[in-house]
Amino acid sequence: MLIAVILALAAGTYGFRVAGVLLRDRLDLPEWARHLLPVGAATLLAALAATAALTEAGGFAGYARPAGVLIGLVLAWRRAPFVLVVVAAAATTAVLRLLGVD
Amino acid sequence: MRTAYRTGDARVLRDVAAIGAAMLAVGASFGAVAVAAGLPAWATLAMSAVVYAGGAQFMAVGLVVAGSPLAAVLAGLLLNARHLPFGLALGGALGSRRWQRLLGSHLMTDEATAFALARPAGPGRRRAFWLAGVLLFLAWNTGTALGVLAGGAAGDPAALGLDAAFPAGLAALLLPSLRDRETRRVALTGAGLAVLATPLLPAGLPVLLALAALALPLLARRRPPAAPPRTADEAADDRSVRAGEVSC
Repeated sequence: MLIAVILALAAGTYGFRVAGVLLRDRLDLPEWARHLLPVGAATLLAALAATAALTEAGGFAGYARPAGVLIGLVLAWRRAPFVLVVVAAAATTAVLRLLGVD
Repeated sequence: MRTAYRTGDARVLRDVAAIGAAMLAVGASFGAVAVAAGLPAWATLAMSAVVYAGGAQFMAVGLVVAGSPLAAVLAGLLLNARHLPFGLALGGALGSRRWQRLLGSHLMTDEATAFALARPAGPGRRRAFWLAGVLLFLAWNTGTALGVLAGGAAGDPAALGLDAAFPAGLAALLLPSLRDRETRRVALTGAGLAVLATPLLPAGLPVLLALAALALPLLARRRPPAAPPRTADEAADDRSVRAGEVSC
């Protein structure tokens, strides 16, 4: 049973991944649709970042995580190096949790 | 030109390493959690190698242990459906040969997609995708193996604040593309929709719902077929109406 779950999940996930890539070759998209594809991808990534920053299991994720992400965002906005953005976000959240804020 | 490419690649490598370190730790947590939940070591390792989608893996382990294997598959696939539009947007960024498309597809993650799309289309984007794809795959699977071995000693990624590292990294990779006004409006509207829908819809759907924000540029593109030539005032009114839509 377990192996069936893993194989079904693997096949389905790979199916989604490869379908988009191969469809792109076959579809003859008009210019406006081609222009919307990166906008759509940016929208999905923004939605992932926002939901991952703010929510956990359908509810509010607590204050420590969004606070860390906010620090990271401000640094990214000021064009800080990417590594600093990631480390500062994690460190802020970790320190807040250490202080008992969650 | 060649040097510019190389420095760009070195930067991508360094940036990917930061996210890779976080993925190593979260992968270790997955390995430890799965084994602690009663999954055999081989199944845990196999899952990271062949499914290779963190969110769906954590969810599947929880649902399998709870005795709902069918729900584990369906919920995991709903969560991963976003990869289809990612593949559409990446397209040729994986390479022109067939094996590159087939193998690269398996390495597609949110982060690899974000690293690739953060660079202009061309060879630089292709190298960013493969660099991020291969390194993050290795980090996730090495992490899983370490977690399986270490068990409870793997530590808690939440104590390290790693749950803040991923959204911050994604947002940092996205910022340059948000300088484009249309992309910014659609992406922020979609993100807002997804957050609002998260308490209401099963995991995976809120993020897909964000794509509804693409209606903004689609509707804006529609012009009445026999409209008289518009004055500058009318065009300004139209813009303010559309700005109003976004802000609410």
